Amino acid sequence: MPEADRQSLMTPRGWAAFLAVGFVLIVLIPVANRLVTPGGALHLPEYLVPLIGKYCCYAMLAVAMDLIWGYAGILSLGQGAFFALGGYCMGMYLMRQIGDRGVYKNPVLPDFMVFLNWKELPWYWHGFDMFWFAALMVVVVPGVLAFVLGWLAFRSRVTGVYLSIITQALTFALMLAFFRNNMGFGGNNGLTDFKDLLGFTVQSQPTRVGLLIASAIGLGLAFLLCRWIITSKLGRVCLALRDAESRVRFLGYSPTGAKLFVFVVAAMISGVAGALYVPQVGIINPGEFSPANSIEIAIWVAVGGRGTLAGAILGAFIVNAAKTWLTGAAPEVWLFFLGALFIVVTLFLPHGVVGIVRDWQARRSAARATVLASTRPAEAT
Amino acid sequence: MNAAAVNVATGHDPVAETAPGDTLLYLEDVTVSFDGFKALNALSLAIAKGEMRTVIGPNGAGKTTMMDVITGKTRPDTGRVQFGDRIDLTRLDEAGVANLGIGRKFQKPTVFENLTVFENLELALKCDRGTFATLLARLDGSARRRIADMLDLIGLGEHRHRPAGALSHGQKQWLEIGMLLLTDPQLLLLDEPVAGMTDIETEQTAALFKELAGSHTLVVVEHDMQFVRELGVRVTVLHEGSVLAEGSLDHVQKDQRVVDVYLGR
Ligand SMILES: Nc1ncnc2c1ncn2[C@@H]1O[C@H](COP(=O)(O)OP(=O)(O)OP(=O)(O)O)[C@@H](O)[C@H]1O
Ligand SMILES: [Mg+2]
Repeated sequence: MPEADRQSLMTPRGWAAFLAVGFVLIVLIPVANRLVTPGGALHLPEYLVPLIGKYCCYAMLAVAMDLIWGYAGILSLGQGAFFALGGYCMGMYLMRQIGDRGVYKNPVLPDFMVFLNWKELPWYWHGFDMFWFAALMVVVVPGVLAFVLGWLAFRSRVTGVYLSIITQALTFALMLAFFRNNMGFGGNNGLTDFKDLLGFTVQSQPTRVGLLIASAIGLGLAFLLCRWIITSKLGRVCLALRDAESRVRFLGYSPTGAKLFVFVVAAMISGVAGALYVPQVGIINPGEFSPANSIEIAIWVAVGGRGTLAGAILGAFIVNAAKTWLTGAAPEVWLFFLGALFIVVTLFLPHGVVGIVRDWQARRSAARATVLASTRPAEAT
Repeated sequence: MNAAAVNVATGHDPVAETAPGDTLLYLEDVTVSFDGFKALNALSLAIAKGEMRTVIGPNGAGKTTMMDVITGKTRPDTGRVQFGDRIDLTRLDEAGVANLGIGRKFQKPTVFENLTVFENLELALKCDRGTFATLLARLDGSARRRIADMLDLIGLGEHRHRPAGALSHGQKQWLEIGMLLLTDPQLLLLDEPVAGMTDIETEQTAALFKELAGSHTLVVVEHDMQFVRELGVRVTVLHEGSVLAEGSLDHVQKDQRVVDVYLGR
């Protein structure tokens, strides 16, 4: 990444691209879905709205992953856990919104608790009937967990593959815990059958468009926040950590502080992404904690181009679009495809899709330079 | 101005009470062993404030390990490492030691290869090292001027926007020295600073160090005898983790034990 990229929040071209993508997601897509009459050539089919909204959530996750992995060199393979925790916080709010409209008509207890013969709400479910509280927990729960884990790991100088293993273990342990019925999170089935969110019917098309817009705004804010961090001096300290951690220490910086900061920020962004994701897909279950999910996030970032936030977003959209298409067309192929993709990218495309684009631009300008050089003497003679 | 006044004026200066000529760095009976092998063996050493000291010794003598102990990277098994009047360096970690004003240049030049020369110096420049202070830090005019002056001093002005990884070995050495100086250190520990430098660069480095001595305290580890002679200061010879001889270069070179060690007997 050239130095200029690291000093200002964004170049004019960067802003132009940022606003263009924002315009498409926040204005064009909603208009094409809501205002263009169905059947018209420009109409956007209903099913695409929550799908694109979902991709925006994944892209947020990828941006957070790139912040810690692409810039600070922390290969966390547990980011899916923070995403799922944010999702569960939102799910708990949505469950409490159901009220007495559940199958068992209990005004306080969600159906699965009635089914388990529970008489009262566990203490940790209190407060989740209020949106502001749930929204706060969406960032606090992942943030606190990341802080505790990060503090223990970074302070003891756990790095590289050991950190990856610890974070995988974390998400695996959480998955097993959330599978248990007596944890009070709906066990196997998770939380589902949501009715409304802030008074809007979750399943209705206008709400879905609203959620897409919220996800796009969330993605934009996450991008700007990460961009602000990496263009700050702390961002350069993170890059320096990747190059020579001991030099950073001997200059008097605490690597623990810098790593912990980005790790917690990334966890919080992931939590918000999960919270936006859950109402769009209508369910959250322990499967979201599956270690494979977290590994997939790293693959998106690697495919798009590690170390550029735009690349991370691109990677999330490309890989997930491929996943949507392939799991429909030939579901048994998907995992092989993902594995192959990862191998190809690691071996041949160390800078991902962004790297291809950059190479191509460089070659084109080099070619133009040689064309100019070869035409000039001809003109002279 | 008396010592107490200095202490008040500079706020929290741990070594302000150390007058020039007093001991700034003091190692006593320091032993470090790796799996039973003693890399440092009851090493004792005293460096005065404002002094420049060269440390020589054959490969594996323990020179780098000595620096590791001073800078908090390696904890000694036994012994005392004292900085100024009261500070026990063995209780601090690397960042803590660095923030006392102890700068270290590594044996292998260590700069941030993916950052530009300018950014390397920016990170080194003395400032609040706290995480949030770093997040909000902005370069002001005086900071830019200090970096520009340093770029001139280390002769890397025209390379300021190049990634440090693209520099030659000698240039990296200078960049690292420049980074150290921008941290405003009291004590500079320099591990083989002229390795990989051309003769002219080596001469310039010697001139720079001589200029720094007095206002700074320097410990220079070097194999290059020409350079050690050029510096012309007190020499400590390390061998098998302890001091074998000490004195002027001519004096230690006449010492039969030193000759034996270097010739490998
Ligand atoms: N972390 C370590 N683990 C095991 N042995 C070590 C370690 N660090 C240093 N040693 C050993 O301690 C001894 C002293 O090493 P040190 O690096 O201090 O020597 P040196 O005087 O700096 O040598 P050189 O001139 O080659 O740089 C060597 O024998 C080395 O192999
Ligand atoms: Mg050494």
